[in-house]
Order: sequence, then structure tokens, then C-alpha cells
Amino acid sequence: MWKRDEAVKPPTPPSPAPPPPVAPAASAPTVTAQHTETRAAGARDVVHIGKSVVIKGELNGSEDLTIEGHVEGKIELRDHVLTIGPNGKIRASVFAKAVIVIGEVVGNITSTEKVEIRDNGSVDGDIISPRVAIAEGAHFRGSVDMKRGGAAGAKAAEAAKADVRPAPATTGTAPVANPGPQKVGV
Amino acid sequence: MGEPTGKPWGGLLGRIGGTRRGPEGSGLQDPSEPAGSGTVYATKALRKFLATLTSRPNPVLLDLGPVIGANVSYFGEQLGCKIFVEDLYADIDRHERDGKGGDLAAFFAKRFPQADGSVDGILCWDLLDFLDPPAAHALAAQLSRVLASEGALLGFFSTASSRDATFVKYVVVDDLNLRHRPYGSVRTRSRVLQNRDIIRLFERLRVTDSFLLQTNIREILFRKPAYLASAGSAP
Repeated sequence: MWKRDEAVKPPTPPSPAPPPPVAPAASAPTVTAQHTETRAAGARDVVHIGKSVVIKGELNGSEDLTIEGHVEGKIELRDHVLTIGPNGKIRASVFAKAVIVIGEVVGNITSTEKVEIRDNGSVDGDIISPRVAIAEGAHFRGSVDMKRGGAAGAKAAEAAKADVRPAPATTGTAPVANPGPQKVGV
Repeated sequence: MGEPTGKPWGGLLGRIGGTRRGPEGSGLQDPSEPAGSGTVYATKALRKFLATLTSRPNPVLLDLGPVIGANVSYFGEQLGCKIFVEDLYADIDRHERDGKGGDLAAFFAKRFPQADGSVDGILCWDLLDFLDPPAAHALAAQLSRVLASEGALLGFFSTASSRDATFVKYVVVDDLNLRHRPYGSVRTRSRVLQNRDIIRLFERLRVTDSFLLQTNIREILFRKPAYLASAGSAP
């Protein structure tokens, strides 16, 4: 048995040896190159403002931006994501596609997509955004206006009222989802 | 259950569809929530408060409690409210820590930037339980001022005498349930407000509903009648 197994064993050293080394050798540089490009592309897409940087004035951009420093004035990244890092301190009006706050913002935030205030993030100002996520432990003082939600909310409210409202007496034979007058919540 | 359902009247629908909810006054720990995230209690007045709110176009809500993401989503996304978050509990604690608890009345008199009659609904929670009479009167006057004609104010009042130093975050689960999340405070509850005290506080408002729950909380829903709204601004 021992001998037979040994005999069945593929002759690993001679035959497969040449192809495997060739294949990795050929593919490895390609993969490495791809990773490098991704990193480079990523590095180009997100700009960082370091914590020692202080900017006063208007900040416009067409790239995602992470701020760890201080900015006073106005920040505008209409189609991009603005991240206020844990060391970031902003005293500015902010306009961006999405805003993630981990540091501090004093000023109004307008976003077309989403505003997220993470744990320990702080916002003193008004937020206008269709979606707002505020983590437990975040600080927020101001108002929240989810403009797009307004219309949807109105529809939902209408639907809710229709749902709660007693069924009209003249509903006829059609089955009514609402079982008629009922005392709600008492 | 931890997050509001996709429908603003999920409580009613849930009741019809058999959603699990706690009986009035009994706590219900939601297993889907992490430990220590609070207990769910039934609420009677919230539904009526929401009905008032949603009957108005572009309702404006003033929340006097700490900011809670779930509530912002619920009122903002689902009900389409514009929400003002003014964490008065933090203000009270800050004054208490600084030894300026006696200044709260003057502080409240200048605290609210909102215009007269510009707010459709106010979530007062149990804030007044933690205030001495002058501060409570100052706050009530301001809330009455900013509340719009036919707007609603929801207040909770403890009926059990206690001096506990605990604030509660009220997280809206749906229109029939609130999750209570206690957290430590510096200020203690001051006193038990009697019905007549509460009515005197809000003399420009009318009590439309009052519910005494088994949790020793009295939920009171106030409304600002049109005839009182037109009678003048802040006293």
C-alpha cells in the first residue's frame, strides 16, 4: 500500500514546477499595478486638510474633502462628500452632497443627500437635508428640515388620516379596510 | 421595533396586524435592542399629538429633549416636520452644575429664538418636574408664546414624589409606544405638580386630554385655542 500510494503520487517536482512559477510571475505585477492605481485614484479623490491648517474664506471643490483643521467662512462641495474629522472645527455655512460630522460644526448645513452626525460629533446650526442620521452621544442644537421628506410625509400623513378616519356611512358594499368608527388611543 | 416603522401610524396598523406592544404602564424590553437601551412603555397622548401635527401643512415641531436620531427620523422623514431641537435638560444641568439654578427663569425668558405662534407642536416631555415655580412659569410662558393657534403641547408629569436625579430620553417607537432611556443628571425632580398647578402654568392653553398611566406619569395634551392665540403675545 505504502509503495502503491507513493507510486500514485503525482510527480510534483518535475511536471507542475515549470508552469506555476511562470503564472504568478506573470500575474503578480499586474495585480500590484492595479492596487497602486486604486490607491492613487483614491488619493486623488479625497483631499485632506490637516489639523494645523486654518482657512478663512470660501472653500469650493469638486472632490471629496476631509477637514481636520479649522475653517471659517463657507464650504461648497455640491457633488461631493465633506467629512469633518474628529479634530475638525468648522464655523461656516456648508453646502455638500453629503456631510459627515465627527468633529464640530457651527453653522448651517445644506445637503442634497445626507447629513450624518457621528458619536461625539457636534453641530450648532440648522440642517436641511432629505436624510439626517444622528448618533447616540452626538450633540445637536438647531433645526432639521428634511425637505424631500416633507412631501412624502404629507402623503403619509394623508394616508394615516385616511386610515384613522371613520369609514363614511355611504361606503356601500365595497369592503372597507378601516373597520369603522373606533376610539383610538384611549 | 427599535426603529420607527415605515408608516407613521404603525402603532394602529401594528395593533391590527398583531405587532407586539406592552400593556399600558408595563415595561417591555425589546430583545432586538442592546441591553441598557431602555424599556418600552405605552403612551396614550402621543397619537393625539401626532394627529394634530399631521393635520397641519409643513408642521414645525419643537423638541425640548436631547437630540435622538430615531425621533428626528420619525418626525422629519416620516411626518415631514421641521424640527427644532432645544435640549433644555442640558441647560438645566449646566445651570445646576454652575450653581445658577436660580437663574433659570431669566434664562428661559430669552432662550427661544422662535417667533410668536410659529411652532405647531411642542414635546415638553417631563421637563417641568425638574423646575422650581419661577422657572416653570417662565418656560410655560415662552412655550405658550411660540405655540401656534390650534397647536399642541405634550407634557408628562410625574404623580409619584421622588427626588431622583435621572432624566429620561423618550424615543418614539411608534405612535403608541415610547422607549424610556434614563440617564444621570445633576438636577433632581423638584415636586409633584398638581392638576391645578399645571393648568395655572399654561393659562393660555387648554387641556384637551389627560391620561394617568400605571407608570405614575400623567400625560397631558394641551392645545392653544384660536381665541387665546389672538389675545396677544407673551404675557
